[in-house]
Amino acid sequence: MSDLTRMTAAQLAGLIAGGEASAVEVATAHLDRIAAVDERVHAFLHVDREGALAAAADVDARRGRGEELGPLAGVPIAVKDVIATKGVPTTAASKILEGWRPPYDATIVERLRAAGTVMLGKTNMDEFAMGSSTEYSAYGPTNNPWDLGRIPGGSGGGSAASLAAYEAPLAIGTDTGGSIRQPGAVTGTVGAKPTYGGTSRYGLIAFSSSLDTPGPCARTVADTALLHAAIAGHDHRDSTSIPQPAPDVVAAARLGATGDLTGVKLGLVKEFSGEGAEAGVTAAFRESVEALVKLGAEVVEISCPHFEYALPAYYLIAPSEASSNLARFDGVRYGLRVGDDGSRSLEEVMSLTRDAGFGPEVKRRIMLGTYALSSGYYDAYYGQAQKVRTLITRDFTSAFEQVDVLISPTTPFVAFPFGSRTSDPYQMYLADLYTIPTNLYGGPAISVPCGLSEGLPVGLQIMAPTMADDRMYRVAAALESAVGTLTPPEL
Amino acid sequence: MAAISREEVAHLARLSRLAVTEEELDQFAGQLDVILQSVARIGDVAADDIPPTSHSVPLTNVYRDDVVTPSLTQDAVLAGAPDAAEGRFRVPRILSEEE
Repeated sequence: MSDLTRMTAAQLAGLIAGGEASAVEVATAHLDRIAAVDERVHAFLHVDREGALAAAADVDARRGRGEELGPLAGVPIAVKDVIATKGVPTTAASKILEGWRPPYDATIVERLRAAGTVMLGKTNMDEFAMGSSTEYSAYGPTNNPWDLGRIPGGSGGGSAASLAAYEAPLAIGTDTGGSIRQPGAVTGTVGAKPTYGGTSRYGLIAFSSSLDTPGPCARTVADTALLHAAIAGHDHRDSTSIPQPAPDVVAAARLGATGDLTGVKLGLVKEFSGEGAEAGVTAAFRESVEALVKLGAEVVEISCPHFEYALPAYYLIAPSEASSNLARFDGVRYGLRVGDDGSRSLEEVMSLTRDAGFGPEVKRRIMLGTYALSSGYYDAYYGQAQKVRTLITRDFTSAFEQVDVLISPTTPFVAFPFGSRTSDPYQMYLADLYTIPTNLYGGPAISVPCGLSEGLPVGLQIMAPTMADDRMYRVAAALESAVGTLTPPEL
Repeated sequence: MAAISREEVAHLARLSRLAVTEEELDQFAGQLDVILQSVARIGDVAADDIPPTSHSVPLTNVYRDDVVTPSLTQDAVLAGAPDAAEGRFRVPRILSEEE
């Protein structure tokens, strides 16, 4: 393995800026790594070798002309396949979009190109971002680099695994109920869900519009912050984008890296501090809390009584929005069409297309959402879930009057073996137990590696108030300075 | 008592434009029942005076000036379509023989 693939994004950017390595050399090293290991990991659905080398050559040419380049110029990146990339296949890991090449770039992809990052390809995921294990990809699962027989988390399992397998130093994910943070936790990498509206959703294939948030993934907190800064900020094409300057997360991560948390108040979420979690997860979490206290932080136990209702509320709201968003996959404007032999009506072709194109989890959620929104059940299910969302938001508001950030384990359990939870959908949904409240509230949250349990990574989650993404980066970087990063076994 | 019957699932599949098989119907009915029973407890928590929240950021209608700007070309829009004719999306017939 080339040393270049072991480096952080910040180190690579420094080498390229200083002329010690070319962007083409860096891209080639990562493309070679993908060629060597991705057959076993399956982090990528599509590798854009030609596009990556052309983008890298462009960075080298611009550097050669003396142009001023951004802090991530020439650094390779992997992008989750739910994000539109012009001319590059984008499938959301679904058969219904097999081979589709979008005619436009998502806003965050435009920003990544403008920043000079080099897109290596598109990463595997649960179909339409619905899942917690990447077992629901129509193109086969991604394997966790820590143990190839275990799940890499979901839905952004491909993005997280590409980092842990040293195939890319940076990756983009999307987080609707924990799909950046949970894969980060189970692969020993860092994943951040920005404030909802802090990163543009324009060009994202929508799953649940009031929850979906694109965000950064990397192997270190500093790299995650650099990527966060590159994609954040207002976008006039997204009406839910917040028209305010993005918080300075890079400076916050640098401050945190000094290891001083004097005066910082951490709220330990009482409801998430033990029950329901594996003993090894709880132990690693508690040791990390002690490490944060040694850095000067004060820990206060905070009760968020409605968090226990977040999971049921989410599993009514997200499928309801999905049932509406996925109506656009009707075999007319793009993607698959099945049964159009001249003998069938549009409605029949549409039903056959959707049945052939969608996998089981997607169908389950479409039907669940249709049920929750239907007349007679709307008030009992969807209406109640939206009220629970109000109560959870009030819990967060009250908590942040007492503390700076809230902390919890990211997931109740470490990476589980393939197939162990697919037969019971609700057991699978429990993987997102601790991550979902933040999505309903809209605030930012980050998962940082905090230790091992039975040789597998455990993540610690830090949640912050809306538009206070910088606060969570400070604590995250401090934790990293105390416990270090995790190194997966050689592949 | 089951929260959702097999017939209701068949109805949902029709509403969702999903041509599910008999076997899938049995499977989904069981799974949706488990999920609905697991989420039903939210009915007990929120009182009538709690306002619903649909979105974490305040939503306002966003207008732009009515100025013509470049958009995707017709070719680009049709490039991903399963079928196109005369510059338009071609769809299977909408009316049945007797209509």
